[in-house]
Amino acid sequence: MHRYRFVLTRPLQLLPVLFGISVITFLLVRAIPGDPARILLGTRATPTALARIRAQYGLDEPLWTQYFYFLKNLAHGEMGRSILYKVDVLGLVFERLEPTVVLVLGSVVLALLIAVPLATLAATHRGGWVDHLVRVVSTGGLGLPAFWLAIMLIILFSVRLDLFPVSGYGDTWIDKLHHMVLPCLTIALSLSAVLTRSLRASLIAETQSDAATAVRARGLPESVVFRRHVLPNSLIPTLNLLAVNIGWLIGGTVVIESVFAIPGMGQLLVRAIFTRDYMVVQGVAMVFAVASVVVNFLADVLTVTLDPRVTL
Amino acid sequence: MSAPLLRVEGLTVESRAGEAATRIVDGVSFALRRGEILGLVGESGSGKTMACRALMRLLPSSRLALAGGSVELAGEEIMGLPEAAFRSIRGRRIGMIFQNPASHLDPVMRIGEQIAESVRFHQGGRRRQANEKAVELLRQVGIPDPAQRAAAFPHEFSGGMRQRAMIALALASDPEILIADEPTTALDVTVQAQILRLLKEIRDSRGLSIIFITHDLGVVAQLCDSICVLYGGRVCEIGPKREVLAHPRHPYTAGLMACQPGTAGGSGRLRTIPGYPPASDALPSGCRFHPRCSHAVSPCAEVQPPLDPFAPDHLAACHNPVRQASLRTRETA
Amino acid sequence: MPHALLIGAVLLAAFVFVAVAAPLVAPYDPIFQDATARLAAPSAAHPFGTDNYGRDILSRVVWGTRVDLQIAVLGVIFPFLIGTAAGTLSGYFGGLTDSLFMRVVDIILAFPFLVLMLAIIAILGPGLASFYIAMALVGWVSYARLIRAQILVLRQSDFAMAARSLGFGHARIMFRHLLPNAMVGSIVFSMSDAVLVLLNGAAISYLGLGVQPPTAEWGIMVAEGQAFVTSAWWIATFPGLAIVLLAFGFSLVADGLGEKLGVRQ
Repeated sequence: MHRYRFVLTRPLQLLPVLFGISVITFLLVRAIPGDPARILLGTRATPTALARIRAQYGLDEPLWTQYFYFLKNLAHGEMGRSILYKVDVLGLVFERLEPTVVLVLGSVVLALLIAVPLATLAATHRGGWVDHLVRVVSTGGLGLPAFWLAIMLIILFSVRLDLFPVSGYGDTWIDKLHHMVLPCLTIALSLSAVLTRSLRASLIAETQSDAATAVRARGLPESVVFRRHVLPNSLIPTLNLLAVNIGWLIGGTVVIESVFAIPGMGQLLVRAIFTRDYMVVQGVAMVFAVASVVVNFLADVLTVTLDPRVTL
Repeated sequence: MSAPLLRVEGLTVESRAGEAATRIVDGVSFALRRGEILGLVGESGSGKTMACRALMRLLPSSRLALAGGSVELAGEEIMGLPEAAFRSIRGRRIGMIFQNPASHLDPVMRIGEQIAESVRFHQGGRRRQANEKAVELLRQVGIPDPAQRAAAFPHEFSGGMRQRAMIALALASDPEILIADEPTTALDVTVQAQILRLLKEIRDSRGLSIIFITHDLGVVAQLCDSICVLYGGRVCEIGPKREVLAHPRHPYTAGLMACQPGTAGGSGRLRTIPGYPPASDALPSGCRFHPRCSHAVSPCAEVQPPLDPFAPDHLAACHNPVRQASLRTRETA
Repeated sequence: MPHALLIGAVLLAAFVFVAVAAPLVAPYDPIFQDATARLAAPSAAHPFGTDNYGRDILSRVVWGTRVDLQIAVLGVIFPFLIGTAAGTLSGYFGGLTDSLFMRVVDIILAFPFLVLMLAIIAILGPGLASFYIAMALVGWVSYARLIRAQILVLRQSDFAMAARSLGFGHARIMFRHLLPNAMVGSIVFSMSDAVLVLLNGAAISYLGLGVQPPTAEWGIMVAEGQAFVTSAWWIATFPGLAIVLLAFGFSLVADGLGEKLGVRQ
């Protein structure tokens, strides 16, 4: 399986990127003017605490030595303590991981469930009113502000129809899923606009492709041509588009978690910015970046699995 | 002589753009006997591909429409059949292979599975039997190590192997007629010869009839039993291969032969027909070849010449046909 | 879509007109608080209703056009200029310059866009200026990649060879000969990018990290309306619709231009 050899080599190639991520997150906080020890510990820190953090991060030494300390601490799973929560940053971030992961996965699944039928409908009725409607709606959907869409959905489904909770996350899995319907739907609607446009275009191109004509020439009915040949070939570029948009999707969760008060990584980031909890800002940014690198890597594995022509 | 397996009469395809409609295939008629290989010859745009696409009801654009004609398959009219009924003919009784096998195979489905899909659809049966049949078909079209190669994807095949796979796909439904649309044009010369040999073998072993679309008279000379020359959407000459190639009556056929390297005397100079084939939206009046014809006489620009017999089964549509004397004069000159 | 370019251009022109003529179009002062008309539902006097301070939503949406249009335009222009310069240098000179630029691009792209922007804004402090700086620091990478890819192709073209053989300087070849041809794709992209910038700008203001109250800006207005979803739906609804409509205009222009210039997105 030489096509999967990149699974072993790619992590090595990603080292420079991971190195770059650590430099940027390091510089982010050091770029703030003022005494870095006070910035990291807040204004009410005790002199002993200030002395300790100066030693741990080498804050009195030159910048590159500080970066070395930063890496050393990172290697020990040490990204500092949150001023607000008084706990280790990494532990705090991983506690907040679950809602964010559920939100991203749920949104992707819902978006595909919306986009595939809509694009199919449009492509099979090309030029008809259904097609025009789908095109106008999906083009309009590109410009839907997620935070506003969320509030509109709250007004409709929570306030008017009382079907879903306005905010929060819940305790049991059923409860959690119930809370996540509207947040996932919000992101899914925005995402499905992009996916529908792309999928519709590929479906139309594939329907007219030589390969589809050849299948028809073999006497197979249009339903088989579509299901077994046109759709699989069209889904590949759409899934690639989804992979490209993973960064955008993760960014979207930041806003949506704030709208619905979901205790995920995004909400943690926004709170930390307001409370000047810089260790947390640093930690969340880093985990988000590493997560999207990993997801992109997984997307590559998926692409190679789905498209036999691709070698990485 | 037995009744033909396929008889096409007055097949007409119109291209509609707004109000205007032009006939890109105009009253094409020919017949195909069981086991015969018919060469459908013409330059690009002559309507040879469109005529066959119309036969298969696979016209590539909604602007193109069948505007008339009759097609009899084994004595039964099939032109008026509803789409559902026609599907038992398309692929099942008339198969088709294409010029560019790379783009006509599904890139993300294994070759064996594509063949098995066709087998199962047309003949039913279990998945395993269909897979075995697919391997058997690959063996028949000369793919080495077929059991293993069935698991390959199209891009893992060479051009010649892809065309063999394409032929296996067409044979999967065991058709009586195979339409081959320039199947060797995109291939290397050596591979071309192999594919031609394969087609001939299949004809001999299965009694298949083949419509071979090409612009290459050399290929026709090698492969075909009869020949139908198209120009501007119309038949200009049709007849048994030997007769037509030995005594071409239409100046266009004679011109094509003169263009063929190695057939036009020993001068070694490659001849060409002056001018270009007409665009489908600007077809000339009268005989569509007259603007390029060295034989053109006064009625050619106004009156469409009828297909006149010159020998048994040999017809040509020309007001001033090539006389054998003049052809001989040109050859000796 | 037929007439996408025309409809989109008309929409954008309408927004520009509203922004320029805001004092004439808006029926009220956008920050005037009418204590007698708090949380008033849409009516003839207040077509979009009023908020909890008694401010007229329509007037605030009209005045907000100035801010949000500015966000979309400036938020695209800075990254466009930086990215074009970086991409041109990178593609033209290749070698070390190129690998350096491209490594930076890879690293920035590794971060989720909004997360990196928020982190930069966290350092600079909330405000519109921080937004533009963050946008410029993060957004240039897409343009750099687009331009670089084009320059790499064009550098090998006949007319670039001809220009070099005539002894033209690097700057002249780059900016007079290569760049105008390389920019078609990124100009089309900038129109769809404007949609993303607008959405990001409004989202950051919604979070309270961009434009600050009492300035009338659509994102903030939606945030202000969120507290009243049960009683006064109109506060959050209308400013959001304005965002959708402006974004729709940019999307249509992007589609229309792309089709006209033969650019696949």
